[in-house]
Amino acid sequence: MNDTLVMAVPLSHYIAVSAILFSIGVIGILMRRNLIVMFLSIELMLNSVNLLAVAFSVYHNDSNAQAFVFFIMVVAAAEIAVGLAMLVMIYRNIRTIDIDALKQLKW
Amino acid sequence: MAAALFYSLSLICIVSSLIMIFHKNTMYSVLFLLITFFSVAGLYVTLNAQFLAIVHIIVYAGAIMVLFLYVIMFLNMSHIVSFQKSKVIKIAATFTGLMVFLVLTASLSSATYNSNAVAGQDIGLASTLGRVIFNDFLIPFEVSSILFLSAMVGVVIFNKKDVIDE
Amino acid sequence: MSLDSTQIISLLVPLLPLIGFFGYFIYGDKLSESKAGTIASAWVFTSFLLSIFLFSQVSANGAIQVNYFDWMQAGSLTIPFAFQIDQLSSIMMLLVTGVGGLIHVYSIGYMHEDQGFSRFFAYLNLFIFFMLILVMANNYVLMFAGWEGVGLCSYLLIGFWYKNPEYSAAANKAFIVNRIGDLFMLYGLYMIFKYFGTFVYTDINGMASSVDTAAIGIITLLLFAGATGKSAQIPLHTWLPDAMAGPTPVSALIHAATMVTAGIYLVIRSNVLYALAPFTNEIIVIVGLATTLIAGLIALKQNDIKKVLAYSTVSQLGLMFFALGVGAYAAAFFHLLTHAFFKALLFLGAGSVIHGMHGEQDIRKMGGLSHKMKYTHLTFLIAVIAIIALPPLAGFFSKDYILASAFGKSPILWALGAGSGLLTAYYMMRLYFLVFRGNSRTPEAVVAKIHESPSVMLTPLYILAGLSAIGGFMNIPSIFGGGQWLENFLNPVVQLSELHLDHSTEWMLMGISTGLVLAIVAWTYSKYVKGNAVPESDEATAAMPLANVLAKKFYFDEIYASIFAKPLLSFANGLQKWFETEVIDRVTDGFGGVTMLLSGQVRKVQNGHISFYLFAMVLGILGILTIFILL
Repeated sequence: MNDTLVMAVPLSHYIAVSAILFSIGVIGILMRRNLIVMFLSIELMLNSVNLLAVAFSVYHNDSNAQAFVFFIMVVAAAEIAVGLAMLVMIYRNIRTIDIDALKQLKW
Repeated sequence: MAAALFYSLSLICIVSSLIMIFHKNTMYSVLFLLITFFSVAGLYVTLNAQFLAIVHIIVYAGAIMVLFLYVIMFLNMSHIVSFQKSKVIKIAATFTGLMVFLVLTASLSSATYNSNAVAGQDIGLASTLGRVIFNDFLIPFEVSSILFLSAMVGVVIFNKKDVIDE
Repeated sequence: MSLDSTQIISLLVPLLPLIGFFGYFIYGDKLSESKAGTIASAWVFTSFLLSIFLFSQVSANGAIQVNYFDWMQAGSLTIPFAFQIDQLSSIMMLLVTGVGGLIHVYSIGYMHEDQGFSRFFAYLNLFIFFMLILVMANNYVLMFAGWEGVGLCSYLLIGFWYKNPEYSAAANKAFIVNRIGDLFMLYGLYMIFKYFGTFVYTDINGMASSVDTAAIGIITLLLFAGATGKSAQIPLHTWLPDAMAGPTPVSALIHAATMVTAGIYLVIRSNVLYALAPFTNEIIVIVGLATTLIAGLIALKQNDIKKVLAYSTVSQLGLMFFALGVGAYAAAFFHLLTHAFFKALLFLGAGSVIHGMHGEQDIRKMGGLSHKMKYTHLTFLIAVIAIIALPPLAGFFSKDYILASAFGKSPILWALGAGSGLLTAYYMMRLYFLVFRGNSRTPEAVVAKIHESPSVMLTPLYILAGLSAIGGFMNIPSIFGGGQWLENFLNPVVQLSELHLDHSTEWMLMGISTGLVLAIVAWTYSKYVKGNAVPESDEATAAMPLANVLAKKFYFDEIYASIFAKPLLSFANGLQKWFETEVIDRVTDGFGGVTMLLSGQVRKVQNGHISFYLFAMVLGILGILTIFILL
């Protein structure tokens, strides 16, 4: 049954789905000012990449890619923890999580 | 039946992520992303990657989403009037996103890959992946624990109340 | 590569002074004066002993070729690092290490309590090393390396008291004037490569007869131009008198006995080529004669004890080149050796006088020193008699040999050469009488402090005085029943001169020149001792047109300054004032300004908005991916 499940859909469809998810993530990053939603969009992009890696892994019968996905999840968890900590700190300092309020990143 | 499962999951996934980025209320965004994560986990299952599907749900839905919700509650900002970018930027962002999609599909379609699945799929099983991780990737696995530790220390230092300010 | 004993000894000869030089970096100023001086002298004397051994080998078995390794290799050209120790170079080695060693010992006394004592000996050791390389090399390139090395040491030692700007300027002058000669020398080397394809002496000598004589003419001319720089011949002689700024032992070693004779050595070394270039020989005769006469004339009116000796050196070197020009190579080399003895002795004696007079160099303020400095006076007198060529001291034989060879070519040449000898007699006797005889013109306060030099300085004087006295017996002409040992010994390197004068003619020539010299001695005696004449003060000299020309050294320095130095300097100044500020500065400032302007505009992109950066990043990635796809 598993074989038929995989065989049912060509690889290109998985690619299409992850590309769409990635593009949605990009749009979210670019058009939102809310830092939390931007973080969520980043998560979405990471997920799309994971999905792509798993799809390739299955279609190429190579389990290393899935191990990599595992590590990506690990790194993503750490990243989100640190990122949210920074977000809380930013909020404490400037009382907002509006990205356009951060204008100091220049010389 | 399998194809139908894939397409419906994909649809749910895309639609909920679209709602996630467009919804004005942050709380709703988080919840719709949760739906997206679950449907991605479902996609993993269609790829016969059960182990990753389970880890995905545990890590994202279990840990990360909780963190997000906790932060939102902590900041008490569900009531905050969401600030929007100007229309021009929104259109430009959407257009750029579509361009990204175009370029990605173009580059991936020009790549050559084996489109036919290989028979005898058991690489996504926990036993197989466990062997891979604890044989080939043992050192990265251990190093990732140090990464977690440092992330934890970093978070604590970030959010420690500044003694001088008190 | 295993080395046999001869090879090791030949290598040790130049290597030991080099070890002494590098030792300076290790022990430096930590050693006491006496130890540092003794060690430095010991290296050179060990070299001297080894040179004696090699000399005995050469005189028994003939020339030694010692090949060590290929120094440079490019295409068809191979330059070996190899020594050729033949009759010529073995005598030069004895001269360099022997006289050099004596001057090392002398310097222990002379440089006493000088701040740079150890440094001085390090430079002296380095000089001995390079000089040995120069004379031992078996090819022109290795010789040129030594040639440049001694130039460097000369520069370092002239400017030894570098805190005095005048001394530094003198060192620069010596270096720069030498560069001009070296440039010609380099061209000469290029020509040698072009026409011979090798630099090894023996190969070149073998091929010489089969090469175009015009090319040989040019090569010899260029090499001679190089020699005029190093050996201070007109028109490049101006550096040598200024080089007297260095400590007196340096003047004795480098600017009298060894380095300045390198040019003569070079010509003798290439005598096979010069024999094929009659035009070059004529040039050499002209330059040599002009130098010896002009320098002799200038020396007549100099009042600085070292300047007189410096011009005397230039004059004697001119005489040697004159001898080379008339083809009397053995005579020139003979005079080189005797001159090294008595001129080193003269300089060391002058150094002893300066030392005793506490730095006074003006002969108008000396006089009557023969009582105060008995031993210095005695040795100085021997040197003076040797240089003015009174028999039977060294100078007589060598100078007579040169004059006889000149007479063989033409009586006019003999007369001019003898005239140079008379000038020598005049200025040397004038110097001697003014310094050691007559009444003391020294202020009373200084007189009390005049003292004889310590024995460490006097011992070298004795040895050199002995050599000056008996050095002439190396080559007793057949007229005195001698065997002309030196000329026969050098025969493998230098062909015998075809000089066949009647004995009666020879007697006559000797008689004339000796008689004239004696007359000059009597004249100067009556003028400076009986008549107590004192050279005029600088102001009085300036009033006398002819004397002034001599005192001002024929205005060579002034002419060079106005022809070369000033136009170049004003050209450089113009460049600095106009080109530097108007062109270079503007160009560089322009680059800076444009960069500032552009970056000032580009900088505005960095507006601090993170969302803007994100947009830029995404667009950038898009662009890169697009390029990849399109390619």
